[in-house]
Amino acid sequence: MEWLQQLFNGISLGSIYALIALGYTMVYGIIKLINFAHGEVFMIGSFTGFYAIAFWGLGFFPALILSMAVCAVFGVLIERVAYKRLRDSTRIAALITAIGVSLLIQYVVIYIRGAQPEAYPNVLPNRSFDVFGVQISSQSLLILVVSVVLMIVLQFIVHRTKIGKAMRAVSYDPDAAKLMGINVNNTISATFAIGSALAGAAGVIFGVYYTKIDPLMGVIPGLKAFIAAVLGGIGIIPGAVIGGFVLGIVETVVSALGFSLWRDAAAFIILILILIFRPSGIFGKNSKEKV
Amino acid sequence: MLKKVSTFWLAIVLAFVFYGVVQLLILNGFLNPFYTNTLIFICINIILAVSLHLVIGITGQFSIGHAGFLALGAYISAIMTMKLDMPFSFALFAGGIVAALAGLVVGIPSLRLRGDYLAIATLGFAEIIRIIFLNIDYVGGAAGMQVTHATTWTTSFLCLILTIVVIVNFTNSRHGRACISIRENEIAADAMGINTTYYKVAAFVIGSFFAGIAGGLYAHNFYIIQPANFGFLKSFDILILVVLGGLGSLSGAVISAILLTVVSTFLQELPETRMIIYSLVLVLVMLYRPQGLMGTREITDYFGNWKWKRVKGGNQYGG
Amino acid sequence: MEARPILHVSQVGINFGGLKAVDGFNLKLYPGGLIGLIGPNGAGKTTVFNLLTGVYTPTEGDIVFNGERINGLAPYKVTRKGISRTFQNVRLFNEQSVLDNVKVAYHSLASHSIFSSIFRLRSHFIGEKEMEAKALAFLRIFQLDKVKDEKAKNLPYGGQRRLEIARALAAGPKLLLLDEPAAGMNPQETKDLMELISFIREQFNLTILLIEHDMKLVMGICERISVLDHGLLIAEGTPNEVQNHPKVIEAYLGEEVVSSHA
Repeated sequence: MEWLQQLFNGISLGSIYALIALGYTMVYGIIKLINFAHGEVFMIGSFTGFYAIAFWGLGFFPALILSMAVCAVFGVLIERVAYKRLRDSTRIAALITAIGVSLLIQYVVIYIRGAQPEAYPNVLPNRSFDVFGVQISSQSLLILVVSVVLMIVLQFIVHRTKIGKAMRAVSYDPDAAKLMGINVNNTISATFAIGSALAGAAGVIFGVYYTKIDPLMGVIPGLKAFIAAVLGGIGIIPGAVIGGFVLGIVETVVSALGFSLWRDAAAFIILILILIFRPSGIFGKNSKEKV
Repeated sequence: MLKKVSTFWLAIVLAFVFYGVVQLLILNGFLNPFYTNTLIFICINIILAVSLHLVIGITGQFSIGHAGFLALGAYISAIMTMKLDMPFSFALFAGGIVAALAGLVVGIPSLRLRGDYLAIATLGFAEIIRIIFLNIDYVGGAAGMQVTHATTWTTSFLCLILTIVVIVNFTNSRHGRACISIRENEIAADAMGINTTYYKVAAFVIGSFFAGIAGGLYAHNFYIIQPANFGFLKSFDILILVVLGGLGSLSGAVISAILLTVVSTFLQELPETRMIIYSLVLVLVMLYRPQGLMGTREITDYFGNWKWKRVKGGNQYGG
Repeated sequence: MEARPILHVSQVGINFGGLKAVDGFNLKLYPGGLIGLIGPNGAGKTTVFNLLTGVYTPTEGDIVFNGERINGLAPYKVTRKGISRTFQNVRLFNEQSVLDNVKVAYHSLASHSIFSSIFRLRSHFIGEKEMEAKALAFLRIFQLDKVKDEKAKNLPYGGQRRLEIARALAAGPKLLLLDEPAAGMNPQETKDLMELISFIREQFNLTILLIEHDMKLVMGICERISVLDHGLLIAEGTPNEVQNHPKVIEAYLGEEVVSSHA
């Protein structure tokens, strides 16, 4: 039963990675950029939720919605200010910019409010159920449900709405999409908005689940989520979800085996193995540069 | 040819005159320990910048894990002096060699990757190196390791000169031209008979070696080293030197290393401000001047027309 | 005419995720020949070049060069065996000087080690001096010696095309593959280029395989022509034979209909 317990914990952690990974994968799919600042959007979301709950007394769901909205705007802002004019420059230049933006957000937040951590207020009732010997708290169950619902909503948006169709078209071939009358700029902004909103939700969920947040909290989950996206095949939406769950479970298992200090290394080892042996990820197709 | 060779020796002589003057000032007490320390820091940062310049600027392989090799050099050299009672010079060399070997091990699999994938892989390797040190009790784990102060102006300057001479000589030879051709167009370089993997790995190994040397100097200047000193932020600190200087320009890397070391010395008490300035500089440079301060030009290009020989990639001062 | 072919391609094919880009391709080149490979857009011409130079590994068939099987060999090894190429969309080393572009091609003909260069040993100076002299002599043939210190990207378009051919030749090939060398050139430049090609063929004792999109261009200069369409070889023969081949007419006619709609 111990194993079942770990599996459940892994899935909870994995759902957070998956939510963040979705943003990475959507942005990469559409403009081929590793948006390093995505982890910081997650951090901003977490803090928005924190202030909403602790100072304005909002409940979990209003805080979640608010933080998703704030992050959506914030994500679009980052794209418009920093990334938009880099679309025609080299990918390295874009990547360097993304790293710069990521650090800028971290340290501006520290500059404004200091580096000290905050304790996330308890907004959800916390009761534990015993299911087949596995301790399941109502909190983690709710978190899991919220994550899964958001992923289903995303799937609906991407496959059943006009903007979703436009997103798929632009990621397939931006020039052709433009010729077909799709507004590429708006579509890219929409992608950033949706991806960032998911990261914002992940931020609030993370806060409630792990109870401690700080301005540098986005770095490691951001990197892990990126690994999850690569694992599933970057640019592929279901891949990001599966990658997130796999990574969450692997990490929980490594900790459970008594190697908790090696937990982060495990993620990076997975990353390197995947990059070396199957760089297109579990679900990806191989592509080669055109000569 | 005679004239070109003498330019090289002239530069060496000038460098040693500069060294002698500074050394004299230190001995006479004109330069207090604070200034001496800043000079040593400048040397270390130039070594780091120039070694990464070989990988990113010359060969065009985007590595953001340079701090991993710095960490290896720091820890290995510290083990040599503190645990095995080896002399400092040997410790420095050992740190460089181990870092170079690690560069080989990391480089062979990851340099097959391109662009952003390579960047992420090198970042991952650097993190793994850091986590390994974090988990080894022999070197103090997270608490770190005490190291004696052994780095002097003389050792750091000698290492600096060695680094620059080796990397300039490498760049201005058929090997350097091969590396530049990979940066410019990998497919065409391959089609011209260049073994691209070999040269990418070679540049990476040489760059790692000097990062390891810098690590040894760094460790023996600091009294204590901890895994936390060698995280992603350290890699970023080195990256910004190369990017600001201009990808492909060695003198640009040197100039920005001097500039930013001085700036960060003044901002020592304000680490957040320093990071805001650094990241803002990086973003603004990429948006408005992606070629950096110098582009691919070298400082010698500016006097190249009348007297001096150009040290740009591809022209050799000795040929 | 029954000499041993310098290049013998038999039944070569390649799949890209189920799509047959080239299928059952055959080609025999004899030393000194100048052969054209033509076909409409997307026929698989450049894919054939990529197969010959090791960029792609064929999924079936054999490529034998100079009596040696070379399929699956890395591109730089193929070049060292004696096959060199230019690219459809010019691929120069833009930031390097004209001289350095040619020197890179000489790279594998020199032998001084990294060690000797780093420590400036005698062998470094000897090797570099020799490369410099050879490269300069070469640029003179192509009338590029006056712009040797210019960055490659600063050359006019025609000059870039010429430099790319010069660079390919500097690698010391026995077989030269030219991928649409006249693309984007005006009629006068094209005429000069064709003369240059004839000249280097004589001068360097080369076998040349030439891709052209435009059929009329190759007619005047090539001895034999292979026609590719949808990855299949549809005709082979002298320019005259090919010109009147019904399948060729059909392939090109089809394309004209398409391009007039686009």
